[in-house]
Amino acid sequence: MNDEETLQIALTVNGERVTRTVTVRQHLVDFLRNELGLTGSHLGCEHGICGACSVRVDGAVVRGCLMLAVQADGSEVITIEGLSDSGEIADLQERFVERNAMQCGYCTPGMLLTAAELLAKGKPATREEIRTFLSGNFCRCTGYHAIVDAVESTLNRRIGGAGR
Amino acid sequence: MKAPRFQYVRAESVEQALDLLNRHGEEARILAGGQSLMPTLNMRLSQPAILIDINRLQALRGISVADGTVRIGALARHAEVMESPVIARHLPLIAEAMPHVAHVAVRNRGTFGGSVALADPAAEMPACALALGATFVVRSTRGRRAIAADDYFKGLYETARAADELLVETLIPAQAADRISVFMELTRRHGDFAMAGLACVASVSGEVVNEARLVYFGSEVRPILATRAMAAIRGKKWGDAAREAVNAALTDDLDPMTNLQGSAAMKLHLQRVLTGRALDAAVARARTR
Repeated sequence: MNDEETLQIALTVNGERVTRTVTVRQHLVDFLRNELGLTGSHLGCEHGICGACSVRVDGAVVRGCLMLAVQADGSEVITIEGLSDSGEIADLQERFVERNAMQCGYCTPGMLLTAAELLAKGKPATREEIRTFLSGNFCRCTGYHAIVDAVESTLNRRIGGAGR
Repeated sequence: MKAPRFQYVRAESVEQALDLLNRHGEEARILAGGQSLMPTLNMRLSQPAILIDINRLQALRGISVADGTVRIGALARHAEVMESPVIARHLPLIAEAMPHVAHVAVRNRGTFGGSVALADPAAEMPACALALGATFVVRSTRGRRAIAADDYFKGLYETARAADELLVETLIPAQAADRISVFMELTRRHGDFAMAGLACVASVSGEVVNEARLVYFGSEVRPILATRAMAAIRGKKWGDAAREAVNAALTDDLDPMTNLQGSAAMKLHLQRVLTGRALDAAVARARTR
């Protein structure tokens, strides 16, 4: 391992400044999980299909497995831990519990991060549009209905719609 | 899996990237959005000696319009293109196609230039660029040259760009106000790779298709300009006879790949179905314009 090329990076993770030396081939989620102990971001397929590794980088949700840790140098990274602690999606999380929108929970952090981006737009969305927005996040348990219910009801409450 | 070892350089200038490309050629890969490159690294389907990260190069960013030509910087992210008022106004074909490109998290990172440079046969942007008569500008230490989209797509992941050349921008003539564009594709699930797809730019008067530029993708090894089908439809009233003529001509234009998504015969069928739908849509859109 000694001849692995490394680079020092400095970034903000969940509001805290972090400086580490990383191997250049390490992807962002391995860095978050293994170096920082932030295990809320999951690895499913590790090639950009499943969405379990979703994290927010400089304000936009991305595949954490398709970005190198060295590329996050200077960036602001928010993981599910930070998003949860901030309270930004407290209402969405409540609706997830209420609708039982998870079973094994593996996809849940990615679902919440993606849904958070839709909710942040503050615009009305149909169920079909919600499904399309979440289409890059796979869930193998629930069949999606409860997840779409939870996102829809959160959105409706936020924009002052009828809600459920 | 995890990516194999590679050397990594974050380019600080276009010149530095060109110098590295010149030095390493085929051994180097440009890292832009990484949405196609990173999966191949993680799955160890590719093992470049060096990654040249161009994400910090401001010169490659931006979307603008001047003198009737839209410039899309190589590093413009799909999400930026999708939300760009310049694209919505001047290149409605691309605005219509963009929601079909993968998923939100991939569009937030993937780039227009990366899509064109890789030339995945199922990718939407190469087909749109060809349908719109785009020009790709590439640079190397040898200089700068412009490649017409008509001459650019050579084969499966094969383009006219040389190993030492960096795609820096795409120039696309703004769609004329009297043109109708239609984009359609068929996938098993939203955001999946297309089995069949069509980018169409047409001039339509009433029910008559004065001319239509038809580019097929997904089924072929590269985006295909269907010149015979275009000739078959030129000046024809859109109806059963024209539909039959264009379907017959497509047999000679297309040479679909058989793969896990289906047989060549099925894909030819799907492209014909899409052609019918697209021209129906073009005539309907002309009516409500």
